[in-house]
Amino acid sequence: MTRYAVEVKDLNRTFVTKAVRGKSKKETVTALDNVNLTINEGELFGLLGPNGAGKTTLIKILCTLLLPSSGEASVLGHDVQKETNLIRQKINMVSGGETSGYGLLTVRENIWLFSQLYGIPSKEANRRIDMLMKELKLEHKKNSKVRTLSTGLRQKANMVRGFMTDPELIFLDEPTLGLDVNASRLIRDFIKTWMKEKPSRTLLLTTHYMVEADELCDRVAIINDGKVLACDTPENLKRMIHQDSVLKLEIRQIANVSAFNNIQGVRNFTHSHDMAAGVTNLKFILEDEAIVADIVAEVPKSGSKILSVQKTEPTLEDVFVTLVGRGLTNHEV
Amino acid sequence: MKFEEFKKPTWLQMNLRAVWGRAYPRIVGVNRELSWVFFETVLPLLGVAAFVYIYKALEAPPQYIGYVIIGGAMTAYWMNVLWSMAAQMYWEKEIGNLELYLIAPISRMSVLGGMALGGMFSSSVRALSTIVVGMVVFGISLSLPDPLMFTGIFIFTMIALYGMGMMFASLYMLWGREAWHMSSLFTEPIYLVSGFYFPVKGFATMLGNPGTWIAAGASIIPITLGLDGMRQCLYPGTSDGFLPLWLELAILMVLSVVFLFLAKHSLAYMENLGKREGRLTMRWQ
Repeated sequence: MTRYAVEVKDLNRTFVTKAVRGKSKKETVTALDNVNLTINEGELFGLLGPNGAGKTTLIKILCTLLLPSSGEASVLGHDVQKETNLIRQKINMVSGGETSGYGLLTVRENIWLFSQLYGIPSKEANRRIDMLMKELKLEHKKNSKVRTLSTGLRQKANMVRGFMTDPELIFLDEPTLGLDVNASRLIRDFIKTWMKEKPSRTLLLTTHYMVEADELCDRVAIINDGKVLACDTPENLKRMIHQDSVLKLEIRQIANVSAFNNIQGVRNFTHSHDMAAGVTNLKFILEDEAIVADIVAEVPKSGSKILSVQKTEPTLEDVFVTLVGRGLTNHEV
Repeated sequence: MKFEEFKKPTWLQMNLRAVWGRAYPRIVGVNRELSWVFFETVLPLLGVAAFVYIYKALEAPPQYIGYVIIGGAMTAYWMNVLWSMAAQMYWEKEIGNLELYLIAPISRMSVLGGMALGGMFSSSVRALSTIVVGMVVFGISLSLPDPLMFTGIFIFTMIALYGMGMMFASLYMLWGREAWHMSSLFTEPIYLVSGFYFPVKGFATMLGNPGTWIAAGASIIPITLGLDGMRQCLYPGTSDGFLPLWLELAILMVLSVVFLFLAKHSLAYMENLGKREGRLTMRWQ
């Protein structure tokens, strides 16, 4: 029988915002709305959603930093409300853009400090720090002060801190946020290696980047407005909209693209502008390929000109757009 | 990547390691940023010197100069408790360390104990430098006929004081900036009621019964009786003590237990409240 690393049942979490005199009233915000989820032991699970979708709230509940308003959640078989210390011994967490640590200490010293909170003997802690720094190509910075590190190097140091305790389950909250291509790739490769080495290890990853989720995750849950909209393998999710056609259109830049949204048979539509190149990129998810003609006909009407047309296979982003009604990085029309 | 197994530490070992881990940045930090020597030792002496010169101008009994010096030395610990331990929790939350401390399988008191231990290093340097300057520049003389009693008073003052600091820290864990005012409130008024620059018995002498009540009320703050007890130890035979030494030691022992107990429970209560209200971490963390 598969053992669940995470089991979430009917989980709700609301926050009450502060009232500001004369400006705003107390408000109740729903961050998680009846979430049901299971993550198998040994799984690399992705949570995909826009800002404010509830991803971090869910992670904080699972990390024992937040209590649910109602419902149940267990991590590695332990209740998040009643057995916090048992959970804490087995987990760790790394967040993107994390600025933890003390600027006066070196990278190595900072990580050593956090190792002491898990009772790791100094000799073993230092050995692990060296090993992980080598894996993440951070060795040359081990004696640099943390405050002198760039965002990418700092994030690598955070990764060393999180993985150093060899957790059974690790939560990575947007670990590649704001990193360049090379640093992101290195972190993704590291994650893959870490998962491959011990089959019982579990990893919960939240990300904005669809490609990252597609490349890394065994299963992905798409979350929006606190609700889980879909949860499956990336392949199955893509298959959900496989009968739909995805059309990419590159046209000369125009300011108003709303006309494209009114075309019958367009299931979803996103766009972005490349100001420097003077180009507008349009992406359509179509119920029927016959609509392509209508779209192409609309371009000259809106005062633009087609530069290129491309039909593509659905990606995880297309699934996201179909379910959520907008892209993560593109504008909603 | 090979993670060697290690013998699982006992609860005590794990928490002692955590104490040392958290003390480390404070101890190392003071050696890396030497400007603190000026700010922590020279500047506080100016305030002490002002009181010394006032007492000299008023031709106060010579032990009063010593009282000021001892008060000035103990200020270092009080400041450490208020600003470097209680208020530090706010900064830990701001920079994102608090959530890492909270998800670690250790007692929250270990983290605060580490802050206390690390902070005691610089506080002790400040306290010692005040006493040395007092002896060299202002010519105070100290005698210690009962070192055991002095040590007992000092140790229990520290335990009770840092226990109180841990209790305050729980407020900072949740309130952050709002609790800042509490530290301000506990700075100057406490200098007055705890008798940092004069024996607390002075309230009774000047104000009669209400003065005695002020001194008794201020005794809830461990530094009040700690200071009074240390002054009685260092200047035996003077009649400036508020309560008999043995009684002050006994009260400090009780306060140590009470504050540590309250700290443990208030930290647990505030952590739980923070988890319920979502106030343990900043919104962007």
